[in-house]
Amino acid sequence: MFDVLVIGAGVVGCAVARELSRYALRVAVAEAGPDVACGASKANSAIVHAGYDCEPGTNMARLNVRGNAMFGALCEELAVPLKRTGSLVLAFSDEEMESVRRLYESGLKNGVPGLKILDAEACHAMQEGLNPEVKGALYAPTGGITSPYELTIALFENARQNGTEFFFESPVLAARAIEGGYELDLGQKMLQARYVVNAAGLYADQISALFGDKCFKIHARKGEYILFDRAVSGFAKTVLFQAPGPLGKGVLVAPTVHGNAYIGPTAVEQADKSDTSVRREAIDELSKAASRSVPTLPLRGAITLFAGLRAMPEPHDFIVGLSPKNPRLVQAAGICSPGLTSAPAIAEEVAKALSLAGLDLEEKTGFDPIRREEKAFREMNGDERAAAIAFDPAYGRIICRCETVPEAEILRAIRATPGVPTLDGVKRRARAGMGRCQGGFCSSRVLELIARERNIPMEELTKSGGRSKLLVGRTREDDE
Amino acid sequence: MKSAEVAVIGGGPAGLAAALAAYEAGAKEILILERDAKLGGILQQCIHNGFGLHYFKQELTGPEYAARFEERLLGASIEVLTETMVLELSKDLTVTAVSAKEGYLQIQAKAVVLAMGCRERSRGALLIPGTRPAGVYTAGLAQRLVNMEGLLPGKEVVILGSGDIGLIMARRMSWEGAKVKMVCELMPYSSGLSRNIVQCLQDNEIPLHFNTTVVEIHGKERLEGVTIARVDEKTKKPIVGSEKFVPCDTLLLSVGLIPENELSLQAGIEIDPVTGGARVSQERQTSLPGVFACGNVLHVHDLVDNVSEEAEIAGAAAARFAKGQGKQGREIPVRAAGGVRYVVPQRVFAREGEELTFYFRVGAAYRPAKLSVLSGGKQLLSRQKAIMTPGEMESVRVKLSKPVDEIILIVENT
Ligand SMILES: Cc1cc2nc3c(=O)[nH]c(=O)nc-3n(C[C@H](O)[C@H](O)[C@H](O)COP(=O)(O)OP(=O)(O)OC[C@H]3O[C@@H](n4cnc5c(N)ncnc54)[C@H](O)[C@@H]3O)c2cc1C
Ligand SMILES: Cc1cc2nc3c(=O)[nH]c(=O)nc-3n(C[C@H](O)[C@H](O)[C@H](O)COP(=O)(O)OP(=O)(O)OC[C@H]3O[C@@H](n4cnc5c(N)ncnc54)[C@H](O)[C@@H]3O)c2cc1C
Repeated sequence: MFDVLVIGAGVVGCAVARELSRYALRVAVAEAGPDVACGASKANSAIVHAGYDCEPGTNMARLNVRGNAMFGALCEELAVPLKRTGSLVLAFSDEEMESVRRLYESGLKNGVPGLKILDAEACHAMQEGLNPEVKGALYAPTGGITSPYELTIALFENARQNGTEFFFESPVLAARAIEGGYELDLGQKMLQARYVVNAAGLYADQISALFGDKCFKIHARKGEYILFDRAVSGFAKTVLFQAPGPLGKGVLVAPTVHGNAYIGPTAVEQADKSDTSVRREAIDELSKAASRSVPTLPLRGAITLFAGLRAMPEPHDFIVGLSPKNPRLVQAAGICSPGLTSAPAIAEEVAKALSLAGLDLEEKTGFDPIRREEKAFREMNGDERAAAIAFDPAYGRIICRCETVPEAEILRAIRATPGVPTLDGVKRRARAGMGRCQGGFCSSRVLELIARERNIPMEELTKSGGRSKLLVGRTREDDE
Repeated sequence: MKSAEVAVIGGGPAGLAAALAAYEAGAKEILILERDAKLGGILQQCIHNGFGLHYFKQELTGPEYAARFEERLLGASIEVLTETMVLELSKDLTVTAVSAKEGYLQIQAKAVVLAMGCRERSRGALLIPGTRPAGVYTAGLAQRLVNMEGLLPGKEVVILGSGDIGLIMARRMSWEGAKVKMVCELMPYSSGLSRNIVQCLQDNEIPLHFNTTVVEIHGKERLEGVTIARVDEKTKKPIVGSEKFVPCDTLLLSVGLIPENELSLQAGIEIDPVTGGARVSQERQTSLPGVFACGNVLHVHDLVDNVSEEAEIAGAAAARFAKGQGKQGREIPVRAAGGVRYVVPQRVFAREGEELTFYFRVGAAYRPAKLSVLSGGKQLLSRQKAIMTPGEMESVRVKLSKPVDEIILIVENT
């Protein structure tokens, strides 16, 4: 019997798993998908929010500010990129300056450090190409950017390294109370656990219901994005929000830690919890809305469109802590934005709730908080590159030309991917296929390496698990 | 640090011809750097016929065409480093490359020839909305999978874009037993060669729909279909109400090639926004002295024969530059006007009596077309052609009688 079963391996489930791996416990994570970061944690704005816009007194406000403060040390320990770019909330009218002032006030209440109101000149000094009509902005120095899927992968690897067991393609389908805990049906296997943590993202309401707690509902709100080539991404050096106004929440213009820029997200309510398609209207909506911040967007330099689904809770706040209906169920549910930022703080509170529920949290010796990552080849200088190739010639074979990813790093990613590695899984770990040609050059080479490394025919490999096969068979000549 | 008189980046047809021409022009230390395991560039995967009609007066396959040049390498003292990827070109002509065998390489060159070819435009650049399933490929990637790996990407195929690669892949996929449902083309004409439209589509009964595009991609895991729509000829915007769902498991994109100029940009070389390649003189010298460019990295060619010719100009000029014999003269700009979308070279050194070939493309179909070459208010040449289309590169030879003003190429309807 496991002490704890965490349901869902998004950034929240993985953060919880990593937090629990500090203690002498048997912990398992059950994930429906083939890999970590299959849900909201792979496609979002990647902002480490400062925390001024959450309603004071809510779970969101508390966990956001605390999570932001924890982020630096966490990214350091796990070798995950974090850039404290700071963020601006731009105002384009006197009315909007008013709402910027209100954000400033709520930021003070939430305990956000270093907030300042900037005049137009100071805004233009921070970012070239801003709309000349900018009146001013709220500046938050603690705002930053990270790589959400890399953080999720890092939390997973560190938790696993510290003894957590992960089960993929293992959707929790049913739960039955047993003596001292629960028995869970994961489709292919049964598993028993004393406590359950619900970190199932969009499906957290259904999971909760399995345990008799129907206190909340989750619905999906889609956010769509346009991502730009690094070469044209100078228009986003810092994170640019727009003041909430009559035109709605506005869209972001922001950089990524890898030097790209994006515009987004939209906000589209939808009944379907699995539809991550980008609507046709999205492109016009986004470019129109974003051009309020930056009037000349290089749309020709776009390299991809993507969308993510926010898990919107009703009532509107994060649901974190012991379930009022079930003393063995701890919720980490309704984690919409700023859930990425809050994840480390949510994990801390989940551990506390488990302890309150009667679980002994005894720190174990040998917990290693450090994830050792080799420096990426694309970030090495000449001497380091020479040394890397001398050490392992596979560093001298560049597979992804756009992101300069050598074979050595692809092989490492293949080895680190659970189960049968997918093209997307390797892409998220090694960046191969993330660049301007979007895998046009390297994907067949990456497939060859997966096939060779795992001794699987290429025709069986998938893009993202399930039925996403990339090839349907061999050509005729080959049959003969 | 290694040294070279002429360093050629890329070992496709452009790089091969440039290196050989540099050798024939007397350069001694010539080095070809190629990231692939083999020379030949994109020709390796073009196993169809149709190469060399002009250059060799004979129809060859891609690999056969490349082999002709590779054979000549044997007799020339040219060093070839394969599986060697160039990562940087600096302003002082230091080339930085990596390879598993040679490690981290730095080469100080006296002259450099850029011959990196181009890459395909991907789905992202087109901003096609919808899902992101497996089954959406660029046509060149599909060609590589089929022709080099023996793997079939799908069975029910829609092709977007009627460029040559799309047309060739339409035929290849039908031959492999796949059902190619249609080729959609945004423009009212094809950018592919007419012979390919006949041989690849008509002979295989594959419909070609003009003024049509893919507006949405469907399917969560594997592609399940695409929505196509007719577009307004002028605005190129989809016409509301004309949408149609076409079930398919594969979408191949043949929507244009982009010269691969990341290295050139790093070195601060001036790029022509229309061609996506460097701005060059008649010797194919870029804005960075000693750096020459040819082939698809300079502008996208339809025929490899033209690539070889252009590369010979660049290679010979690079050899002369390395020996300090770079030709000079008064620089005059060359300008595209009227229906002409671009001209290569974009500038020339005016030299008495020199005969120059200008390569150009028109922006729309002209039938019949009237081409004029003007300079200093005077007409240097005027010529009629039954048809000019964006799909076929045109060329014109002009003799410069004496140093002239800005040279202007114009195409008009007659
Ligand atoms: C458009 C958008 C923009 C955002 N921007 C930001 C931002 O800038 N900053 C920020 O801080 N936050 C942001 N967020 C929020 C953040 O992305 C989420 O809060 C966070 O990713 C949620 O993580 P999670 O682990 O709860 O959910 P997910 O990542 O969705 O993970 C849930 C997991 O549970 C699994 N699962 C579901 N059902 C089952 C089952 N029955 N059995 C087993 N597994 C199951 C799923 O497969 C999934 O992997 C944004 C979100 C979106 C959608
Ligand atoms: C699919 C397809 C079908 C075609 N069909 C025909 C046809 O039927 N008839 C015809 O006449 N023409 C055809 N063409 C056109 C012709 O093949 C091309 O014009 C020609 O190959 C271009 O030659 P290139 O040397 O400029 O580029 P490429 O052939 O692309 O060669 C460029 C080389 O540079 C290398 N390289 C790039 N970057 C680096 C780097 N950083 N370091 C080291 N090496 C590098 C690449 O690996 C490659 O080998 C076709 C083209 C394509 C793409």
